[in-house]
Amino acid sequence: MYAYDEIDRTLVNERVSEFRDQVKRRLSGELTEDEFKMLRLQNGVYLQLHAYMFRVAIPYGTLASNQLRALAHVARKYDRGYGHFTTRQNIQFNWIKLSDLPDALADLAEVGIHAMQTSGNNMRNVTSDQWAGVAPGEIEDPRIWSELIRQHTTLHPEFSFLPRKFKIAITASDHDRAAIKVHDIGLRLIKNEKGETGFEVLVGGGLGRTPFIGKTIKHFVHGRDLLSYIEAILRVYNQYGRRDNIYKARIKILVHELGIEKFSREVEDEWQHIRNSSLQIDDEVIEDIRSRFIYPAYEKLPHMPDELRQAAADPDFEAWRKNSVAAHKNPGYSIVTISLKPIGAPPGDATAEQMDALADLADKYSFGEIRVGHEQNLALPHVAKRDLPALWKALDKLGLATPNVNLITDIIACPGLDYCSLANARSIPIAQELTRRFANHELANLIGRLHINISGCINACGHHHVGHIGILGVEKNGEEVYQITIGGRADEGAALGNLIGPGVKFDEVADVVEDIVEAYLALRERPEELFIDTVKRLGVEPFKERVYATR
Amino acid sequence: MTSPLQQKLKITGPSVVTANRTWDGVVVYRTAARGWSVELTDAAIVRNSDDAKALLAEAVADDVGAIGPYIAPVQVDEAGKILPGNLREQIRRDGVTIGLPV
Amino acid sequence: MPLVNGGKIVDDSFVKLAVDTPLPEGGDILVPAERFVGEADALLKRAGKVGVIWPNNRDIDELVPYLGKVAAVALVFPSFRDGRAYSQARLLRERYNYRGELRATGQVLRDQFVFMLRAGFDSFEVKKQADAEAFMQTAKRYSVFYQPTGDGRITALHRRMQLRHSEGVGT
Repeated sequence: MYAYDEIDRTLVNERVSEFRDQVKRRLSGELTEDEFKMLRLQNGVYLQLHAYMFRVAIPYGTLASNQLRALAHVARKYDRGYGHFTTRQNIQFNWIKLSDLPDALADLAEVGIHAMQTSGNNMRNVTSDQWAGVAPGEIEDPRIWSELIRQHTTLHPEFSFLPRKFKIAITASDHDRAAIKVHDIGLRLIKNEKGETGFEVLVGGGLGRTPFIGKTIKHFVHGRDLLSYIEAILRVYNQYGRRDNIYKARIKILVHELGIEKFSREVEDEWQHIRNSSLQIDDEVIEDIRSRFIYPAYEKLPHMPDELRQAAADPDFEAWRKNSVAAHKNPGYSIVTISLKPIGAPPGDATAEQMDALADLADKYSFGEIRVGHEQNLALPHVAKRDLPALWKALDKLGLATPNVNLITDIIACPGLDYCSLANARSIPIAQELTRRFANHELANLIGRLHINISGCINACGHHHVGHIGILGVEKNGEEVYQITIGGRADEGAALGNLIGPGVKFDEVADVVEDIVEAYLALRERPEELFIDTVKRLGVEPFKERVYATR
Repeated sequence: MTSPLQQKLKITGPSVVTANRTWDGVVVYRTAARGWSVELTDAAIVRNSDDAKALLAEAVADDVGAIGPYIAPVQVDEAGKILPGNLREQIRRDGVTIGLPV
Repeated sequence: MPLVNGGKIVDDSFVKLAVDTPLPEGGDILVPAERFVGEADALLKRAGKVGVIWPNNRDIDELVPYLGKVAAVALVFPSFRDGRAYSQARLLRERYNYRGELRATGQVLRDQFVFMLRAGFDSFEVKKQADAEAFMQTAKRYSVFYQPTGDGRITALHRRMQLRHSEGVGT
């Protein structure tokens, strides 16, 4: 994890005192809501249906145990005892008072957590692979670069009032767990033939009303030029991005309207002016940032310890291990994903008690470190294999050992109309019903990897376009109606799903998904053919026939 | 952004003005006494566009008290009780439709 | 609207000219870009300083030939949410080495002062009197800056490098 130094701490504290002053001026009427709105958004404060919502950043998804405890403390002291992990490595609290927010921010600042730019038309929380630094085969830890970008884009004097929000994601593995192709800028860390670190840069991806898969703007930007290249993209966007229509203001629309060739020429011109400036990063700077990431002192441990061998006799343990435990770059250790998708519960929610208990487990079994992934699950990144049985028992007691990672009940869902002022339809109850339908673990395992994504409006916070099955809630004549797509994916093979037919009512969604799944089970060539591959092979038609034959 | 006062107001039935209280974000309704109440049953009912506009203008003017005021449809039952006019307003009045984790 | 320059509230010596106002004989004038570009020679010949009001959607390159001759450039924030003038300001200061007065106009509010200072503005037509009075205090709100800009403030990365070297770290 990254340890703040005095410089980082000072900035976060200065930000807290600035916001305290802004809240005071707002409550006294010195600032109008119109003037205050952008200021509160830039500190992660939204207004939702029932209350203010507070979104806290977890940069590149890395948390220390004391930070997770601080989040639990905020949930308990200022909110209703739980938090919601989002699809962009943030956590949200749903019931907070504006008058309490400066204190909540001050409490978080003590452990180096902030909410800067988790909303607003600026650079959002930089996200990365939740397995960064531990995934086998990773080229190098992308969080060093994520942190470099985080610092560079925090309170940026030129880019804090962009046409619209701006999101960057980074991966350094072949398998993209950071969904870089649906970000404003996606960065894939690679090496050139000299072995130097650089990035393939993608631009203009995004979901929402007008979804686009990002396009490669440059095949290799040297690491030393990363900041100047990003600055060039942002400068072109800040000047030419549309400001006349909020729905056309994202960079994806600019890239689309100019075309990638013209857009990249503009960026290239700008970049030539600034690439040899003080934005150039030398190795020493990278080393300095790297030196403040704390890496565990791994022991040399057996690949197959006795503890693991004995526990294999327990089918429940084995089901969990096979599902939730992944290979670590160090063979004596594992990466353990913690499902926040228990059957019948809102996806991504964790109670203060669970957070505290997880922090303790992280201290005991994972060198005090926790990760947050865009699938709204958590992970313990450094668990010795001999500790897996004990960890499983502890997680099970907390309701955190549901063996459904990457299965049909591991649903990504936005808060929807239960909480969100933008939503047209509910998401969470749909997710809950679906998890009940597929609660049987053998059934879910038989189906195999299948991602369901649910959004309660066109803004697509549940990433429905890139769900293997995507569900979009809309409102039609005062009723909730759901449009269903299949064939989307968010990984290195990113694709947008296709609509299977007319929307269906709230009560019918789970039936339709069951029909789609039954069709898949009948159509797949062999058990190993994943849902997404069957859809790719056969297209939408056979699924559509099945769903609408009787409707 | 269009100010709420410039928006076309077409009212198809009884309506109220609702917003969220500035200091804590709680759902509130504009009352006939030029104040706010957390109870929908205290809300001032308007039944035509002019009255709705006037009530909204008065609510917008109280920027320190509450934020984001808008006109929301309601139903009035035979006993005169005010009920939410759509699912969104029902959720705002009653809270989430799901069990909370805590 | 109070003008803050050099950190203090000062009298504005400039008079803003509309596109069709007759040219006053003397005194300092701020002229809209359109008129300035059309009448530059005549404007620059008269006694009194000349500044230009440059809209945020007009290419700043067009202004570059005149930068040595104008006394002030006023950039525009039609709303504080519209950040195009920050880019224009940095280009003027950092790429074209403009050293004259760089004025922020439009919806200029207290909570953007630090960003504006960092982008190179040194003069501010502040919307509210209370904000103008709070200028100095607000400008000192932050002591840590992550990005290098033309304002010369030392960045966090730089400060860390200095610390490393002074402590002899790096082994």
